[in-house]
Amino acid sequence: MSPATSIQLALALPLLGAVAIAVLRRRPDLREAATMATGGALFGAVASLLPHVMAGGRPSLSLFELFPGIPIAFVVEPLGMLFALVASGLWIVTSIYSIGYMRAHEEENQTRYYISFAVSIFGAIGVALSGNMLTLFLFYEVLTLSTYPLVSHHGTEKAMKGARTYLSILLSTSVGLLLLAVAWTWVIAGTLDFTDGGILAGKAEGPILVILLALYAFGTGKAALMPFHRWLPAAMVAPTPVSALLHAVAVVKAGVFTVLKVIIYIFGLDLLGTTGASVWLMYVAGFTIIVSSLIAMQQDNLKRRLAYSTISQLSYIVLGAALATTAGIIGGGMHIAMHAFGKITLFFCAGAIYVATHKTEISDMRGLGRAMPITMIAFLIGALSVIGVPPLGGSWSKWYLALGALEADQLLFVAVLMVSSLLNIAYLIPIPIRAFFSAPADGSAYPAFKEAPMFCVVALSFTAMGCVALFFYADDVYRLLVPLAGG
Amino acid sequence: MIEHLPVLQIIVPMIAAPLCVLLRRRLLVLGFAILACWITFGLSVALLDQVLTNGVVRYEMGGWAAPWGIEYRVDLLSAFVLLLVSGIGAIVLTFAPRSLSDEVPVSRHYLFCSVYLLCLTGLLGIAITGDLFNVFVFLEISALSSYALIAMGGRRQALPAAFQYLVMGTIGATFILIGIGLMYMMTGTLNMEDMATRLAAVDGVRTGLVAFGFFTVGVALKMALFPLHVWLPNAYTYAPSVVTAFLAATATKVSVYILLRFVFGVFGVEFAFERLGLTTILLPLSLAGIVVASTVAIYQRNIKRMLAYSSVAQIGYMVLGISFATATGLTAGIVHLFNHALIKGGLFMAMGCVMLRLKSVDIDDMAGIGRKMPFTMAAWAVGGLGLIGVPVTAGFISKWYLIRGALELNWWPVAVLVLLSSLLALVYVWRVIETAFFKEPSERAQTATEAPLSMLIPTWVLIGASIFFGLMTSRSAGIAQQAAEALLRGSP
Repeated sequence: MSPATSIQLALALPLLGAVAIAVLRRRPDLREAATMATGGALFGAVASLLPHVMAGGRPSLSLFELFPGIPIAFVVEPLGMLFALVASGLWIVTSIYSIGYMRAHEEENQTRYYISFAVSIFGAIGVALSGNMLTLFLFYEVLTLSTYPLVSHHGTEKAMKGARTYLSILLSTSVGLLLLAVAWTWVIAGTLDFTDGGILAGKAEGPILVILLALYAFGTGKAALMPFHRWLPAAMVAPTPVSALLHAVAVVKAGVFTVLKVIIYIFGLDLLGTTGASVWLMYVAGFTIIVSSLIAMQQDNLKRRLAYSTISQLSYIVLGAALATTAGIIGGGMHIAMHAFGKITLFFCAGAIYVATHKTEISDMRGLGRAMPITMIAFLIGALSVIGVPPLGGSWSKWYLALGALEADQLLFVAVLMVSSLLNIAYLIPIPIRAFFSAPADGSAYPAFKEAPMFCVVALSFTAMGCVALFFYADDVYRLLVPLAGG
Repeated sequence: MIEHLPVLQIIVPMIAAPLCVLLRRRLLVLGFAILACWITFGLSVALLDQVLTNGVVRYEMGGWAAPWGIEYRVDLLSAFVLLLVSGIGAIVLTFAPRSLSDEVPVSRHYLFCSVYLLCLTGLLGIAITGDLFNVFVFLEISALSSYALIAMGGRRQALPAAFQYLVMGTIGATFILIGIGLMYMMTGTLNMEDMATRLAAVDGVRTGLVAFGFFTVGVALKMALFPLHVWLPNAYTYAPSVVTAFLAATATKVSVYILLRFVFGVFGVEFAFERLGLTTILLPLSLAGIVVASTVAIYQRNIKRMLAYSSVAQIGYMVLGISFATATGLTAGIVHLFNHALIKGGLFMAMGCVMLRLKSVDIDDMAGIGRKMPFTMAAWAVGGLGLIGVPVTAGFISKWYLIRGALELNWWPVAVLVLLSSLLALVYVWRVIETAFFKEPSERAQTATEAPLSMLIPTWVLIGASIFFGLMTSRSAGIAQQAAEALLRGSP
């Protein structure tokens, strides 16, 4: 299979899957089989690109010109490769989990749910593989719109309100700021192709660079930089598998991925390093890291706490990008994968608890460890990985991020990372600890053993093991990402 | 035959109109009129093809040579507008039979077809002729027939709406006529090409300025440029659904064409923009129109009226592009003329489907119909996304050129305002999507069923086209760009 065919397949499969799901809407078992088959085939198509990229190749595919000089084009480079692998791989796991969750819950409109899911994955893969900024923007918007029905899934007044916040913040930032940035880049540089070393060097300087970077960074609302972060907690009204895959992995990572791509391939590390145009962004990211961790500590609703934690962790990646150093970029890229596994595990656990006990508030979860030991151990593993404790994947990305801050002589941000880790411990670790070692607040006792449906437990165990595995295979991720900064 | 294409373009619908009255039998007339429309469309395709291969096509009426006789002159812009108008005309009339039997008394259907074809003749005539007085004649043909079309709406409010339009339209036409008269007085010719060359000789004469003023104001009234738009919302709201779809997609667009032809073709960029500073008038008016009309649209409960206000805003986008007076700006204006016609035509046709099933277009009655009429409302949603200018829809293409045009001139605030205004569109579009798809069905929606295929297919043809031209832009933006460059070169 030629690389171009793989790219075509990776884009076509989720859409074909959506059609198959629609056709099979009256046969739930076949419908879910279609989702799984699509997920497997998609992962296969994406993975078949990996050897080419590992060998230093950049498989590409150009479809047609949207505007003279701007084609819809795809180029697979290391960062996109990593993101596509993570998104397509975790889609399979999430689909398994969804079956357990949605059926145990007897949710309505399941067909619409699975279709929207497939289309969202189409958007995420498109973002990952896009070869120029306009293509990326198109798929970015596809992702925004296709996730709307998932957020508003329950159709209640609360869900509608959350979905409205979600859509309005994401669309107004992308239409108001990001599109402006893209059009401006085109007028300045005459190209939008992602190019090694950037396309702006020698074409823009001084304050223009700072303004343009601000338009990009804040315009990418999905990266959830403060003050444009409110859509993420609002999106927590969605069913938990959506929060897990989309609002811990695909959607939010598409955001920080965009920021990384813009910094590496539009601005170029050298340009930012010499002009210091991205220094302010480090401060914004650092502020977001600390403040959202502090907010997370005050949340009693588990999903909301995790959402604020995600906002904080996303800014790690933005910080890595803003540092514009080799280690910073590698750490940021790595964190896409590491945080994905850790956070999806935590969300899976939150959903499993909800399905099994209908509890959403952390204060109600004391003593739960006896009833749901597997879930709570997985939660602990996920939490430790997010905190960055060895031997879990998250420790590597934090290590490289700290290294990046040192390389850039930004000691302050080494401190920010340290403080943030302490805050992470403070708001994540008490949850499993109290689940195992305290008794329920109201004095009642849990039944001996009552886990969530099997599909859920399998999925969350798998991702928890993934967190461990990533610690030992971090070297491969490193080798994949190294060409990014080497240039 | 091929050399008679330009005249056939007009003759076919013009002859077909009275024949409708003679045929009289409803089904016969409808079939005949639809056939005539599609033949007209085929002719315009052939004409565009000819223009693309051979350049400007000229046709002397009755064999009288150009400056004396009436000349039909088809360049790229004309051919593009002809294609648009005849295409919309054919699709909307194909959509019409079922909707008409619901909204217009059956005994009047043959008259409807006749007047519809006359209106089409007028609109096509404006786009094809090279003679300024001829423009006025065709303008009146299309205007008078559109008053009649609007008045055919069953409800009583249709009559005052048509009357209001008649009064405003006549004032506009009178202004245009005065402008033409003054031009004739100065140059002694009515042929636009000839007029453009002779204007140089009377350069600086005040009569020219007055003529320019009268003509421009008259056209602005016809195309409903803010604040001369007051006739439009009522007319669009109370006209039969078919008429609204047809007029919204063609009439104002042809008026924009007249403005382009007159400003760039006759007077030239230098006179209109560098010496008269037309930008200082068009730019603030179009921006104000975009913001005010979009905001007003947000508060409408009648969705046809909401779309009508949205049209006023969209006219603002077209005029905004024109006011840049650059290649990119003009491209934006022309391509939006085309894209918006597809989007708005499709949206009003979807509203026709809603009207057929609900007997109402009120937002409260539309609650929950997304579940009852999924294909209709899906079309509406896609069209709505086009209005916002979401990527992959034609609306995005227009917006892209518009922003680029503003940035190339370094007009920052304009670019930002354009982007912010699309958020206003987001608000009024999303209100409907949310109500239709996520609310519990209203009383009327309970019993609603999906619209018939005879209406759904034409609706989806236009909506599908708006997606197609959101991706394949060489035939829309590509032609618009060539036309824009030709206009700027000054060849009329």
